[in-house]
Amino acid sequence: MNWGEILQYALFAGSVAAMTTGLVFVLAGAIGVIRLPDFYTRMHAAGVTDTLGAELITLGLILQAQDWQTVAKLLLVGLLVFLTSPTASHAIANAAHRAGHKPRLSRFHPAHPAEAGKASGEGH
Amino acid sequence: MFYGVSLTAILVALWLTLSGSYTLSGDYPIVMGLGVISIVIAVALTFRMRIVDRETVPVAPAPALFGYWSWLGGEIVKANLAVTRLVMKPEIDIEPRLVRVPAQQRSGLGLCVFANSITLTPGTVTVDIEDDGFLVHALDTSFTDPAGFAEMGARADSATDGRRKEVK
Repeated sequence: MNWGEILQYALFAGSVAAMTTGLVFVLAGAIGVIRLPDFYTRMHAAGVTDTLGAELITLGLILQAQDWQTVAKLLLVGLLVFLTSPTASHAIANAAHRAGHKPRLSRFHPAHPAEAGKASGEGH
Repeated sequence: MFYGVSLTAILVALWLTLSGSYTLSGDYPIVMGLGVISIVIAVALTFRMRIVDRETVPVAPAPALFGYWSWLGGEIVKANLAVTRLVMKPEIDIEPRLVRVPAQQRSGLGLCVFANSITLTPGTVTVDIEDDGFLVHALDTSFTDPAGFAEMGARADSATDGRRKEVK
């Protein structure tokens, strides 16, 4: 086994690690969208998906790329996501705000899931 | 004129990167020809729309912006971990807040970079633009530290318009 092969394996391991970590954040975002109480708070959870989740998956793909051109294209994809996702988030949030949707500003502290069956409904 | 030349150079580099053919005598000369035609049309249209200025072609602040983005990347990772921790805890305990964040950037570009940075950082989203600041929705009271916003604002300002000489 020469150094070239070792480098290939190292790059592959790094790529798998980056993509797996990215998937964890995508999953966290999805769980957050389900668990959080209202529109604005759910949007924060979705933000986890399209910042660290998307960028880490792009990074994992970059590490697997065979030529510089693929690397450049993937970097452009990453930059595009980096620039457009806040614009889209702001457009959605601003639309909700202008339509008069009021954010819920009280403390949100539902019971532990193990006891949630006893008192159904999350303390609204 | 400087911005027109920069825009053309950026578009040429983009086309060459994405198409991957560099010579007219290659396998697909039409790719090169279409590239030239597209770039000429695109540059002509932007000139006709009179939107070629330092905001649409931000070449001058580009190096400082890349430095700013790498700092912002670190902040985003920290905020992501904080939001993930809040969301994955068995007992969710959050206190959402709407806060006003003052914005004293010198140009529209600086304001735009600052507002988008706030939105890009998970846990805070710019909801509305007001006369002298932003209305920001935060997932929890731990995301509303005024010093953190002030530091991000100052960095966005110096990245887009250079270091502040004196306070006006």
